[in-house]
Amino acid sequence: MNSVLYTNITRFILLVGLQVLVLNHINFLGYINPYVYILFIILFPIKNSRTLFIFLSFIIGLTIDIFTDSGGIHAAACVSIAYARPIVLKFCFGTVYEYQTVKFDTVEFSSKFLYITILTVLHHIILFSLEIFNISKVILTVQKTLFSSIFTIILCILVTIIFSRKTK
Amino acid sequence: MQQIINFIIRNKTFLLFLLLFSISLTFTIQTHSYHKSKFINSANFLTGGVYNSISNINRYFDLKSQNDILIEENNKLKSILYNTKNKKDSSYIDDLSLNHTYKFTTASVLKNSYSSSKNVLLLNKGFSDSIKEDFGVISSKGIVGIIDNTSRHYATVISVLNTTSKISAQLKKTNHFGTLIWNGISPYFTQLTDIPKIAPVKVGDTIITSGRSSIFPKGIPVGIIQDFKLDVAENYYEINIKLFNDMTNIEHVYVIENIDINEITNLLKSSTNE
Repeated sequence: MNSVLYTNITRFILLVGLQVLVLNHINFLGYINPYVYILFIILFPIKNSRTLFIFLSFIIGLTIDIFTDSGGIHAAACVSIAYARPIVLKFCFGTVYEYQTVKFDTVEFSSKFLYITILTVLHHIILFSLEIFNISKVILTVQKTLFSSIFTIILCILVTIIFSRKTK
Repeated sequence: MQQIINFIIRNKTFLLFLLLFSISLTFTIQTHSYHKSKFINSANFLTGGVYNSISNINRYFDLKSQNDILIEENNKLKSILYNTKNKKDSSYIDDLSLNHTYKFTTASVLKNSYSSSKNVLLLNKGFSDSIKEDFGVISSKGIVGIIDNTSRHYATVISVLNTTSKISAQLKKTNHFGTLIWNGISPYFTQLTDIPKIAPVKVGDTIITSGRSSIFPKGIPVGIIQDFKLDVAENYYEINIKLFNDMTNIEHVYVIENIDINEITNLLKSSTNE
């Protein structure tokens, strides 16, 4: 239990630091930034209580918001994907999830890819529609969502592959 | 009563989600209106400290270009200073406090952003350096933004690249004035609206601040006209302005305090009340 706690605290601090100090300054082609900190929500242990999980997601979103002066857009997006995660898990992993035995290091690549993609796209849609907050600029919203999602998904998958423990 | 408690316990995740989501929505909507974002801003001890220590390292990589900008400004000021025709005579009273409406403070930018639609900068001076809300911020080349929140050592600036920012600006050659806004697309261009159709607008004309808002003095350069068109009602121009400032590369800025601002606002308030 303690090792899980320490892993998640370290992950929280490392991901927030990485996000605000490095990734927010990439500005690829002027506006495309990856939001890799959602890996905290994606990789959070499944067995823990849902209320704690949603609360922690809110805290990580709010931390990013304070650093980037963006009001509450990251917090809102994080809370939403945290709430939607069990449904997405069920959809992607099916019976493995029902028995509560999903280990992200050992699941198939295709279902992991689908899981990360759904959560990332959902997060980015909420994030950018709240950021732009203007129906007449829907094309800009979709454009930002699409490009940033691609960037985020690639980086998330790379990070999970690089840092996975080979316990097969 | 029992049923209500049971309902809350059964749906506690959903209710928690709803509560946290509405809190974050409230924070979001607060940032949409000007000067309301009191809680969530980076001008605090923790984030300011982190950005400050990182900025101390990062600025070394930027030294050359920032030095070029500073030397360019020095060059401009020197050429103005030594080319003035009417030299001051010896009876000139050397007093800083005389006839000075605007007080300048230097600051450096700790955090800059230009890719979102509500961009905010962080400066390394706060209310312990007597910087307050609604002071103007400029760089050597032109306008940057307006101070929003301050803490003891840090201050946030609503950049001109923020869709909530509204700054009064005018044409340099005539006194037709309008409002400077940003459409959220390119960090190199802002938009000037409400310039009446009668104004002689040409591509390449200079736009300066109008001094009507009493935040900025009159005549701070903003940019040049890139292109323009009439709006839907065909009464006002919508002008695309290329900024003089490269908002993606700002380090040293000046904060402007208007010493007479209380007098001006009181006067305006009393005249509108009557």
